[in-house]
Amino acid sequence: MSDNSKDLATVTSPYSDHEYPAGLANVSDDKVTDPGIEPHRVRMTDKSKKHEKAAVRQVAALFFLSMFGSAFALYAYFAFPIDANLDTVRNNTLFLGLGITLGLFGIGIGAVHWAKTLMPDAEVSEERHLTRGSEAKRAAAIEILALANQESGFTRRKLIRRSLYGALALFPLPGIIIFGDLGPNPANSLRHTFWANGTKSKPLRLTKDPDGALIKASDVTEGSVYHVIPEGLTEDNPRYLEEKSKAAVLLVRVDPKDLNEAADRKGWSYDGIVAYSKICTHVGCPVALYEQETHHLLCPCHQSTFDLNNGCKVIFGPATRPLPQLPITVDKDGYLIAQSDFHEPVGPSFWDRAAKTNSNGIEG
Amino acid sequence: MTTTAPSRQKNGFLAGTANYVDERVGVAGILKEFGRKIFPDHWSFMLGEVALYSFLVLLLSGTFLTFFFQPAMTMVHYDGVYAPLKGAQMSVAYASSLDITFQVRGGLLMRQVHHWAALLFVAAAGLHMLRVFFTGAFRKPRELNWVVGFVLFVLGMAAGFTGYSLPDDLLSGNGLRIIDGMIKGVPFIGPWISSLLFGGEFPGDNIVARLYSLHIMLIPALILVFLAVHLFMLVIHKHTHYSGPGRKDTNVVGYPLMPVYVAKAGGFFFIVFGVIMLVATFFTINPIWNYGGYDPSPVSAGTQPDWYIGFLDGLLRLAPTGLEVMVGDNTLSMNILWPMIIGIGFLLVVAIYPFIENWVTGDKREHHVLDRPRNAPTRTAIGAAGVTMYAVMWAAASTDLIATNFRMSLNQVLQTMQISLFVLPIAAFIITKRVALSLQRKDREIVLHGRESGRIVRLPHGEYIEVHEQLDEFDRYKLVDFKDYKPTLARPNAAGKITLGARIRSGLSKFYFEDRIAPVTQTELNEAIHHAHELHDEVQKAIEN
Repeated sequence: MSDNSKDLATVTSPYSDHEYPAGLANVSDDKVTDPGIEPHRVRMTDKSKKHEKAAVRQVAALFFLSMFGSAFALYAYFAFPIDANLDTVRNNTLFLGLGITLGLFGIGIGAVHWAKTLMPDAEVSEERHLTRGSEAKRAAAIEILALANQESGFTRRKLIRRSLYGALALFPLPGIIIFGDLGPNPANSLRHTFWANGTKSKPLRLTKDPDGALIKASDVTEGSVYHVIPEGLTEDNPRYLEEKSKAAVLLVRVDPKDLNEAADRKGWSYDGIVAYSKICTHVGCPVALYEQETHHLLCPCHQSTFDLNNGCKVIFGPATRPLPQLPITVDKDGYLIAQSDFHEPVGPSFWDRAAKTNSNGIEG
Repeated sequence: MTTTAPSRQKNGFLAGTANYVDERVGVAGILKEFGRKIFPDHWSFMLGEVALYSFLVLLLSGTFLTFFFQPAMTMVHYDGVYAPLKGAQMSVAYASSLDITFQVRGGLLMRQVHHWAALLFVAAAGLHMLRVFFTGAFRKPRELNWVVGFVLFVLGMAAGFTGYSLPDDLLSGNGLRIIDGMIKGVPFIGPWISSLLFGGEFPGDNIVARLYSLHIMLIPALILVFLAVHLFMLVIHKHTHYSGPGRKDTNVVGYPLMPVYVAKAGGFFFIVFGVIMLVATFFTINPIWNYGGYDPSPVSAGTQPDWYIGFLDGLLRLAPTGLEVMVGDNTLSMNILWPMIIGIGFLLVVAIYPFIENWVTGDKREHHVLDRPRNAPTRTAIGAAGVTMYAVMWAAASTDLIATNFRMSLNQVLQTMQISLFVLPIAAFIITKRVALSLQRKDREIVLHGRESGRIVRLPHGEYIEVHEQLDEFDRYKLVDFKDYKPTLARPNAAGKITLGARIRSGLSKFYFEDRIAPVTQTELNEAIHHAHELHDEVQKAIEN
């Protein structure tokens, strides 16, 4: 202990330098005696010159093998170029990869073999000390802290200390708020889709994804399924993916007798043809699978299953809400058109999705 | 010991260089301190090394990829060599990923090295954590290093996910769509966070560049910092060793860093790198060209994330129908929040486990001798329960594939998983604990009575016995050297009250240590040896007659 320690009454440790409380441990005074480290077993390479020499040759051979591998990789880089023929990609990957692998393995296995056969393998014991500093060191450390405290007056000068805490608490806030422009207020963007662009006089027709062909109601045979996007939503639209993420629709024709339509949705289908949002109400994957026999729609991501005959109610899986329905009908030429936008937000649920739904529909 | 250091000449180039460096950096002191540091040997200590080396491989291969990858979501028409996508509209990010694959020599190889190394990094880190857990290496003084390692594991998952999302192909876009859906489900602020992350509506044209910043800068920098802290603490604490003759809490038994560990660990880096290279050479991973660029409408059946995100995806699937509820006019997506709560809660329990166990045992000693898992039956059983729970969450991410491959009903597979999530961990706990206790009993039996030799001897009075062979003292010590705890009663504090904390603690100590097998004592051993000698003499006499 240093001489300083006597000034610092608080430093005296409750424990001695080598013992901490053992808690619930059974500290036995009748422990089996430790026989000490096992005697070292001599290896063949330690006692036989012949084996030693063989090991040296093996290690060197591995290092030579590595050289060969690396050189082969260099050769392969030029000898197996890639061109428009995709087989060349395979050959390039294969031979370059094999060469590099050999270059790496040669060094790795050689070094380990060297260590295992030729370097000493007798186990050595080294003493450990407790992680905590010795009492003298701890006393010195505390003294430094006390001195720093006394010189700065950190504890004594409350005003300075507390105002510093305040300043430190506030200074990161601008650094957080400055990220505000990462994205706009989502506002009502989640409540409308591209289908809202249709009007009473010029409603949006349904088109096939991705070729954009119009769909005649008479062409939709029973049991067939169409992946649909709104007319006018084309790849050159700068918001193509954002709009498609909300407006994608699945169109199916079933026997009208099978459809159980809610009273307020009687006019939303056309002769057994129904259109539902393709975006899952769970976390937004496309509900891309249609089981023809059961009339179920299945989301391949988390297997939420929707019953098409019954307003796409959830019958299995983690989703809760039915898929939103797109009200459709036909125009005078027999093409399928949307009567309006969806009457509720599509896709995954969010906190205030149920609010303001009435202002959403554009019908009437 | 370096009396020759000041005189630099005569000893050639190496000595000259060493002298030059020492006079400027003082490297001799560092070498003296660490050059002969002892490291214990065991295969299970290499799991952390595998993780470390895969990370180095990730840095190397990742740097290569950054030179060719362009993290922009501007739409272009593909004009590369891959014919099936010719003319297709796609993002620059996806097009440049295809170019790396098909037009850069070694590009596909490096992409596959990077992806396989990432899978291995998280796997090795996870196995390393399990090794640390089951051997009790997290005990004092290493609790904080456990937390640092835990953070590294989580950072590894974050690095993996952000990287997975960069190519902007169909699968990565779908992964982001799921993240977006989960974020939107957060009460109050969900849509806001989603808008900030994606720079507006999903998918927007910012997300790839933003994830790229995180993936190549922020996350690797954090991993490097935490790695440095992790290794620094390793040096401070010195490595643990398994129980065995001569191994104590006050020493470390093994081989010196120089030259043995420099050769072994250095060589091992090349072996790990070589294995990754070999796997990347022969096995395709993430064939981004298969499904085209991201489009929110199509999706392929059987989509799955990389393995380490599987447990979160599985949790999403495990949520039963109808959890989403209305709170007044607002929607509370409990079908998303429950999985998040369970997933994060599971990880938090992992993070704080060392502190729980330490509080229960009250053992403030330093522990440097590792437990054999059987010698800490309750901890091992808790670990087995955790592993089982993780495995169920993980397997649940494959319900559809299990159902199709084994021709089972998807609904029944999922329901089985839902039940398994709660039942199997309990079963795993009970079975593991019983197995551990039985193994301890077997150890005791072997120590006291020796190993069965298969030699049957008939004694003069007609009794048949099997001759048991005694272990040598070194093998025996491995079986008797472990720490043993006893349950405690709740004790009143200074004010004479038994606090709730004390009650919980005594309850937990009972839970942990009620069933215990005490280590063999020297007295018991002496008696057993004495008895064995008597028997031996008797057998010997019988044989001679």
